[in-house]
Amino acid sequence: MSVAVDVKTLVIDGINVSARADQTVLEVARENNIAIPTLCHLDGLSEVGACRMCLVEVKNSPKLFPSCVLKVEEGMEVTTASDRLKHYRQTILELLFAERNHICSVCVANGHCELQSTAQEQGLTHVRLPYRNPQLPIDASHERFVLDQNRCILCTRCVRVCAEVEGAHVWDVMGRGADCLVITDLNQPWGESSCTRCGKCVQVCPTGALSDKSKFGSDHPKYPETVSYLNMMREER
Amino acid sequence: MTNSEPAAVTKIKVATVWLDGCSGCHMSFLDMDERLLELGSQFDLVYSPLVDFKVYPEHVDVALVEGAISSVEDEHKIHRIRKHTDFLIAMGDCAVTGNVPSMRNPFGPEEILDRAYRENVATHAQIPCVFVPALLQTVRPVHEFVKVDMYLPGCPPSADTFYTVLSDLLAGRTPDIAALTRFGA
Amino acid sequence: MTSEELLQIAETVHAEAAKYDFEVNVCMGTGCMSQHSDKLKAALSKEAASLTSPGKRCLVRKTGCMGLCAAGPLVLIDSSHGQAETRYGGVQEQDAAELIGSLGGAPIERLQTHLDDYFHGQQHIVLENSGHIDPEAIDEYIARDGYQALLTALTELTPQAVVDQISKSGLRGRGGGGYPTGLKWGTVAKAVGVQKYVICNGDEGDPGAFMDRSVLESDPQRVIEGMAIAGYAVGASKGYIYVRAEYPLAVSRMTASLQQARRRGLLGNNICGTTFAFDIEIRLGAGAFVCGEETALIASIEGLRGQPRPRPPYPAVSGLWGAPTLINNVETFANIAPILRKGAEWYAAIGTEKSKGTKVFALTGKIANTGLVEIPMGMSLREIIISIGGGVPDGRKFKAVQTGGPSGGCIPEQHLDLPISYEALIDVGSMMGSGGMIVMDDTSCMVNVARFFMEFCMTESCGKCIPCRAGTVQMFNLLTKICDGRASRADLDLLIDLCDVVKNTSLCGLGMTAPNPVLSTLRYFRHEYMEHIDHKHCRAGVCACGNRPELAQIEIEVTA
Repeated sequence: MSVAVDVKTLVIDGINVSARADQTVLEVARENNIAIPTLCHLDGLSEVGACRMCLVEVKNSPKLFPSCVLKVEEGMEVTTASDRLKHYRQTILELLFAERNHICSVCVANGHCELQSTAQEQGLTHVRLPYRNPQLPIDASHERFVLDQNRCILCTRCVRVCAEVEGAHVWDVMGRGADCLVITDLNQPWGESSCTRCGKCVQVCPTGALSDKSKFGSDHPKYPETVSYLNMMREER
Repeated sequence: MTNSEPAAVTKIKVATVWLDGCSGCHMSFLDMDERLLELGSQFDLVYSPLVDFKVYPEHVDVALVEGAISSVEDEHKIHRIRKHTDFLIAMGDCAVTGNVPSMRNPFGPEEILDRAYRENVATHAQIPCVFVPALLQTVRPVHEFVKVDMYLPGCPPSADTFYTVLSDLLAGRTPDIAALTRFGA
Repeated sequence: MTSEELLQIAETVHAEAAKYDFEVNVCMGTGCMSQHSDKLKAALSKEAASLTSPGKRCLVRKTGCMGLCAAGPLVLIDSSHGQAETRYGGVQEQDAAELIGSLGGAPIERLQTHLDDYFHGQQHIVLENSGHIDPEAIDEYIARDGYQALLTALTELTPQAVVDQISKSGLRGRGGGGYPTGLKWGTVAKAVGVQKYVICNGDEGDPGAFMDRSVLESDPQRVIEGMAIAGYAVGASKGYIYVRAEYPLAVSRMTASLQQARRRGLLGNNICGTTFAFDIEIRLGAGAFVCGEETALIASIEGLRGQPRPRPPYPAVSGLWGAPTLINNVETFANIAPILRKGAEWYAAIGTEKSKGTKVFALTGKIANTGLVEIPMGMSLREIIISIGGGVPDGRKFKAVQTGGPSGGCIPEQHLDLPISYEALIDVGSMMGSGGMIVMDDTSCMVNVARFFMEFCMTESCGKCIPCRAGTVQMFNLLTKICDGRASRADLDLLIDLCDVVKNTSLCGLGMTAPNPVLSTLRYFRHEYMEHIDHKHCRAGVCACGNRPELAQIEIEVTA
């Protein structure tokens, strides 16, 4: 049975590209090797449009749109990089670095951190905003993994992978605004929660917030791309 | 800044300073090894923990500042440095972001002093106050006190980074910092 | 329920009222209730019960909000002998005997409000029943043409015809966005879906705004009728009223009203004998301003964390549980029945070219007559504040009027002759918002005002997106620094830059509009910011930013 696929053509950064009607601008851009920075997006997880790093300019609209949820339209003209967007992306990163306690030199994810690498890619060399230095806890109750709230950027990838892929929904977010914290179950210690010990949350965490205890003192590369493979292997939901 | 002849030509006056840092940036600077000789032909090190001068000079062309501002003494020093320096480089994560010294910030200086000088001490436990500068309430990066002209993140920035940046500066070029180094490098 | 039956009910109500010579209406909205108007009503009823002689029979009724909250508790005396109505304010329980005794004779001078000007310029459409009917008596609503519009819609108009009427009227969303209501209804009507929903947004969260609260407490049937008409027009069979939990009186009155409407066959299956079925459920908020944002509200009803979602898709196409959803504000629904009853042309004749109809404002702050006012669009701010509001009291000088709550801005004296409309308010750097109108005098510090609203946005931010979550904190800290006299010009530059980033990159309206009070006060009161920064001086005397010479003159008396 063949189903006719609706194809759209659009322009991204002056380059003509084609796409399926149900694709997002981010997907199409990456297919064509056009780089758009992201933090909360991960192939295989639902899109939340939360980090605002992937915002793009669309011709004839004064608004900016998150390319991870923006569906392609025929004749759309998208700009993914401009001085304005670069400034916004740098400021969002500065807001993140100043929000919690991100000390790269002593972090287990140093060298394997998406926050760090995105900052370097965006040309960020210092943070203009004053560091808040909040006092945040560490949960080391789990026998294999550690949660360090100081390093969390609230991307909610852990929440989504646990709910959507593992199906356990152990992780969720508590509180509001700057007081938000990712928690397990009803804010119980991770080691005592309904966690299935699958380790996917650690793999998808872009920073050193979630880490594997066995990796302390050594390198801690992560393999978040396994999530999209898992989804591919499953039946279509 | 395009001198190449020694002796008869005025060399760039360079200073290096360490505030609340571990001196790792200075060690990395020294790791340039023989490249130091090459660069050294173009500048004079007029003030540094590595040389003997005790007083910060009246005029410095380029200052490399390592370490965060943690005490009243650091604060006093950085203002003097800025006043007498044309081009100030914040060198290393401590100077640029606060880094490890700033890890005391969520707790406050009292808790830290207690842990270091009372809890972990067997004899004569007391918090030093004679000739010891008062700690600031929080540790801050250099740019919260003075204008910084260039930021060199890294913990420490590698010797290669130092070499490229200094060569560029001496030649009048603007280095692409983000391409060379990053936080925690 | 047929139109004959509606008329029957109306006649019964009028006949009952005709048995009395005087009608003493006691305001029992939240404002007057906080001044024990319920005890006042009980006392008046007791006194009235002893009057049985002809010419002196008196009915004491509880009504909803009468609007002039500054003069509460309010009592309005209607008379069936053609006497002019008497309005009393500040009535206490102990005045009950005197008040009942004075009926038919001269009014009690000391209790009279003498504020005809307050009501003179107003035009009541949304508030036409508020203060005149018992909110928990559906028959009284019916007696004032209630449910005629629904009946007309169901028996004489097609759903498309209803949508057309609303479009022609020019009604725009009263929750703040000002989106053309007819256009929204049309979109939902055309959307494909087996099940559609109608949601009434009663999560009025702006500080100082209580318009929706009053409508829900004083004339709940009006909202029900509006929602039912909407359900018919867009093809929805289920409605939700999302009320913030901080409005218990509104919730209890609405609950009772829904029951009454069901008993009269105006909600449920086969409404008015047609095939149209529609029912409404109440859902309570839980203390989150962000749940006034439509997608966060929908998430809350779905039982999820109250966080907004990226739009598109818009709720009209994919909303509650993925179904096409019409979501409108309380005040928007309150306008629907009169539009159908009196015609779209009648409504479109009121107001300005692009802003039709009336708007209810909650007039608060440094103003003599605080309360609710409903005025036609196009009236000037000066007339509202000076003529109706009575101006700034205590001999102080007007400084600014803040509209639109934490999303809006401050308007200075030079723009007081501005005719109120959606566009005009945006042009001067503010917005209509839901209708909050806070007047400020020379004792208000504009930097502190901006700081107040930023603190509100910071604590109410849901935390999902970085610019709002982290940006409002940084902006609040910078504003605090300025107020405390510790800021430099570089701090001001940083604040302005953050305003630009947060405004343009936030996910929802909360973050996008959080910088507005800062930008608006900078536009008209930049000198106050510079005084705080350069001279450590707060001209309003609010901020303790250093230079306080007057404090040096305080003498402290030590008592033995």
